[in-house]
Amino acid sequence: MPRLRLWLPLAAFILLSLLLFKGLSLDPTSLPSALVGKALPEFELQELHSSEVLSRQDIIGEPMLVNIWATWCYSCRVEHPYLLDLAANGVRIVGLNYKDESVKAVTWLEDLGDPYALTLADTEGMLGLDMGVYGAPETYVVDAEGVVRYRHVGVVDEQVWQSLLAQWFPQAQSEGVLQ
Amino acid sequence: MSDNSLRVHWLAVVAVASLCAMVMTAHAVIETYEFADSTLERRYHSLSDELRCPKCQNQTIADSNAPIAKDLRFLLHEQLESGASDDEILSFMVARYGEFVRYRPGLDSNTALLWYGPLILTLVTLGALAWHLRGRQHVAAPLEPSEEERQALRTRLIEPDSDQERPL
Repeated sequence: MPRLRLWLPLAAFILLSLLLFKGLSLDPTSLPSALVGKALPEFELQELHSSEVLSRQDIIGEPMLVNIWATWCYSCRVEHPYLLDLAANGVRIVGLNYKDESVKAVTWLEDLGDPYALTLADTEGMLGLDMGVYGAPETYVVDAEGVVRYRHVGVVDEQVWQSLLAQWFPQAQSEGVLQ
Repeated sequence: MSDNSLRVHWLAVVAVASLCAMVMTAHAVIETYEFADSTLERRYHSLSDELRCPKCQNQTIADSNAPIAKDLRFLLHEQLESGASDDEILSFMVARYGEFVRYRPGLDSNTALLWYGPLILTLVTLGALAWHLRGRQHVAAPLEPSEEERQALRTRLIEPDSDQERPL
């Protein structure tokens, strides 16, 4: 019994080490979205190009990515080429231009290409707020019924698409275009 | 006035001006809100001290200059003015940003450890302490010298030369 007690500090140390080691691979900035499993919030926002006022009903109907972006967001520029790839391969992406100036946003899309089926101009960031957006870029998976299935914070790239997002788009995957 | 001293004056003016500019920008980031009465203002302060900024995770929305914290303060003010209760405001925030947004999250399976952890840790520590102290009582047998030992000591102390010769 006293022998056993001698091992206690070592056991405690190993346990603590494992705990801290696990902590190294956790990302404290990735928060679970409160919106997963819930309906995409209602909104009335202008489309960036046509200035037509759109609501939730106008954009849902098939699985899509809702990508929150802005011209002030450097990482958005980084992920942009990959979004163009995804769009070219038949993934429906709805852009949410978040707290941005519409003129700048239009120029940005003209210069770099437009991966978005349509872009909502959320100048005040109020839809973003209803969705629990806290930065850009963020990308939401919304299914055909308009229910949010997943939220990814940060840049979308090949690895993120394959491991986290592609499963919601069997169509794009079965065509084998994104392998 | 010489050229040199003129230059020094100019430098001083520029330094003071840029200092003023810095002070002004430092003040410009926190907006002020007018409240209909002081109760609302008090609730605004206590709620903005309890809500956590989702972007800068170790600050409350009252502390943070992040745009998102500013938006949340704006919403908080709006909701207070429109007569929402504290609970309504908190559940509005939680519906969007999750329990994370509260520095005092509600009790559920995720936060149970957070709430009860300190209590459990205290109990475990007290238990271990009690166990340890009880164990020590067994070890601490009375250390009274026996009659023989007393006799031997007495002989040594009182008659140091009686049992052996000391060198010198």
